[in-house]
Amino acid sequence: MNLDLFLQYVVAGITYGTIYGIVAIGFNIIYNTTGIINFAQGEFVMLGGMTAVTLARVLPLPAAILVAVLVTTVVGALIEILFIRWLRHPSVLRMIVITIGLSILIREVALHIWGEGVRALPYFTGTSVTSIRLGGVYISPQVLWVVGISAVVVAILGGFFRYTLLGMQMRACAANRDAARLCGISAKNMVTLSFMLSAGIGALGGCIVSPITYVSYDSGVPLAIKGFTVAILGGLGNSAASAGAGMLLGILESFSVSVLPAAYKDVISVAILLVILFVRPSGLFGSAEVARLKEF
Amino acid sequence: MTLLSIRDVSRRFGGIQAVDNVSFDVPHGAITAVIGPNGAGKTTLFHLISGFLRPDRGSVVFGGAEILGLMPHQIAAKGMARTFQQTRLFPKMTVLENILVGRHLHSRGGFVACMLHLPFTRREERAVREAGREILEFLGLSGQADAEAVRLSYGQQRMVELGRALACEPRVLLLDEPAAGLNMRETAEMGRLISRIRERNVTILLVEHDMSLVMDISDEIVVLSYGQKIAEDVPSAIQRDPEVIRIYLGEGDA
Amino acid sequence: MRKQGLQIAGFAAVVAAIQLATFLTGNVYHLTQLTMSAYYSLVVLGLCILTGYAGQISIGHAGFFAIGGYLSALLTTHNFSAHGGRVVSGLAAMGILARRPDLYGGELLTVHPWPACILAVFAAVAVAYAIGGPVLKLKGHYLAMATLGFGIIVYRIVLGTELVGAADGIYDVPAFPLLPGIAVSGKSSLRVMNYYVAWGFVILGMVFLMNLVRSRVGRALASIHGAEDAAEAMGIPTARYKLKIFVVSAAFAAVAGVLLTHYNGGIGPSESSVMKSVRYLAIVAIGGMANLWGALFMSLILNYLSLRGYFGSFDDAVFGVILILIMLFAHEGLLRRQLLDQIRGAVIRRGGGDDP
Repeated sequence: MNLDLFLQYVVAGITYGTIYGIVAIGFNIIYNTTGIINFAQGEFVMLGGMTAVTLARVLPLPAAILVAVLVTTVVGALIEILFIRWLRHPSVLRMIVITIGLSILIREVALHIWGEGVRALPYFTGTSVTSIRLGGVYISPQVLWVVGISAVVVAILGGFFRYTLLGMQMRACAANRDAARLCGISAKNMVTLSFMLSAGIGALGGCIVSPITYVSYDSGVPLAIKGFTVAILGGLGNSAASAGAGMLLGILESFSVSVLPAAYKDVISVAILLVILFVRPSGLFGSAEVARLKEF
Repeated sequence: MTLLSIRDVSRRFGGIQAVDNVSFDVPHGAITAVIGPNGAGKTTLFHLISGFLRPDRGSVVFGGAEILGLMPHQIAAKGMARTFQQTRLFPKMTVLENILVGRHLHSRGGFVACMLHLPFTRREERAVREAGREILEFLGLSGQADAEAVRLSYGQQRMVELGRALACEPRVLLLDEPAAGLNMRETAEMGRLISRIRERNVTILLVEHDMSLVMDISDEIVVLSYGQKIAEDVPSAIQRDPEVIRIYLGEGDA
Repeated sequence: MRKQGLQIAGFAAVVAAIQLATFLTGNVYHLTQLTMSAYYSLVVLGLCILTGYAGQISIGHAGFFAIGGYLSALLTTHNFSAHGGRVVSGLAAMGILARRPDLYGGELLTVHPWPACILAVFAAVAVAYAIGGPVLKLKGHYLAMATLGFGIIVYRIVLGTELVGAADGIYDVPAFPLLPGIAVSGKSSLRVMNYYVAWGFVILGMVFLMNLVRSRVGRALASIHGAEDAAEAMGIPTARYKLKIFVVSAAFAAVAGVLLTHYNGGIGPSESSVMKSVRYLAIVAIGGMANLWGALFMSLILNYLSLRGYFGSFDDAVFGVILILIMLFAHEGLLRRQLLDQIRGAVIRRGGGDDP
């Protein structure tokens, strides 16, 4: 394999890796405030992408994306309010099954609205054949959009959690729910907010990658499982590590195509997930001691 | 005669030395109590002895064989049963069924035999149920046999848990704060029950906070403080030990 | 024990009554879907004992079904006559390979369904053993994701492998002669017999599992579900028990996969999809989790309705909604035996309250 081809694989890996990282961050936001793994996380991405594609017919692209993100955010809020908020001390098994049920429901609704067709947003700049030459590598401008927007989102999110009152309240809930409640923070609202945030971020991710990866009613589950792989790889709850782990998985997957038939691409990432779960469930960067203390 | 011998057992959690070089012997047929203020490492010590935690160092010899490093179920199979500080009854099972789980080690039907309901599993099941009812009789809970265990009063739940451990027919019984959360009457009843269990030729090692219970029934008391053994003697001597009085009264932990 | 015999006899009567009803109303063709429901019920029963009783969730059971079904289908359709060689002729002499005519009058040399079935179930059991060890160390979300991951791997492999027909699956799978005169086959002339064969398997499985539940092993599994550490302290080797029940459960799914594949005359990748696994889980949930009879009746009803197309294009959505509603409002399941136990328990407590 020559260097140019190598870099080409790396670029492809980074593109996919970014979206996995975004899904993983969505997992982390909800996990941190609730201890729940939201199995419907991939559906947020799908919903965002699908809604934006539909809206793009009548609205200019940026407006379509904005509205799609808002719509998905509202869906996230509704899900939390209707299905999660009023449960008292739900068991982990119960939460898993509920979010799986939600994932199926969202997917089936999407199937009835949009059908089985595969859709995509137009490229943000240029077309599918436009490319920028960087060294020996041809990069689609969309890749730059994906990486750029994702980097901005991660930065804003970091700032939000670190510097704003709301963000700090969410972190307080994550650290100690009861103590946060004693300080007058509404833990329930924080949970709703975390669902909204994670839905919105997922939807934005779905919009920006859809020109490259396409989107269809059933693209949620593979995204969810890969996002989960990445979240585990980075250590559940650790968003910064997730971004890095996303790249790692994306690149691994991209190179796997050069060895194995493309049809087995998903097999690779899921196999990686299983290996990590078996060997080091605390993630590459997490400590085993901490992972054991988490409630499972 | 020593049944259980704990030698230089230590365990660290991060920066805290939870159990620090603790050694003592549990004589056969006696009631030995481990006491100490909150956070002294009593429960950790229990987990180390019963295999739920691995010590960093040390040795635990039970009936002449090293049991350190064995899985909890292997240690149980050697004749050590235990209860938990917070009752760990099996929900959705009746009182009798909870006790019957304790007979697991005294029956041997495997998956295939049980699926086929072979004649020997039938005989075994009858024997298991008989033994279970005998335990309920001993506890005075025969009337509650078919009630859901977790719906009993708290005091009765503790008795069921004790009965479940007793059903294992252990050589040594580890009781983790058997009187925790019980009122005075229930505590006294628990004390009588523990004494009656000793009469069944079961050696008892217990961790306890309630001094009255410990002083009444124990033959030997081990005192832990900050993970270290600071005293070991008969109850009357422990009551007069200035060091013990200091940690219990001086620091206001009791 | 007598109660259990009555329950089984009652259920057998229901099975016979359904057949009679289809006969009298001239709806004999409904037996086809009812037969398929029976095989899916085997998977559900296996999952019920694993998830409901032993408390170990699996969102990958369609994977075991597919391993059984696909392997049996592959072995009984793959033509070995082209391979020649001493091994092939040796196997043919032992009766493991058998000649049969194909659709066009030619001759095929394929594995006889019996050895194929045994091999297929054995393979599923071996896979369950291999992955069960590490998978069942996990709990909660991790366990759910790992089993889901296993299901996805199986699905992607069958979908991406030409040897097993990729998206088309394997078809022209021959009938499975269980005993002389009894064959698992989709032929309409054998419809009634196959209906009874299928439900016979279910009843057999039900007897096995009911025996298991009422035994010391059943109690040990329930205790693992209730409080794993306390179960360990009672001397129950929890890891080994979890692995064994996982394997039993996988074997049920694999047997169902083999039999349904021979009944349908083929298998496609959708049988291994995540949605199938979720569907089995939904049925166990609505049946009351730790309730074999509840799971069985729900499986009979829901699979039948689904296979008859009553849910139309909302098929998957129906199961998703069921899952959510059950978990939100009746997470102990609808058909709960515990409800009766609770009432009885309350009465007994009131009676026992007079004791000093």
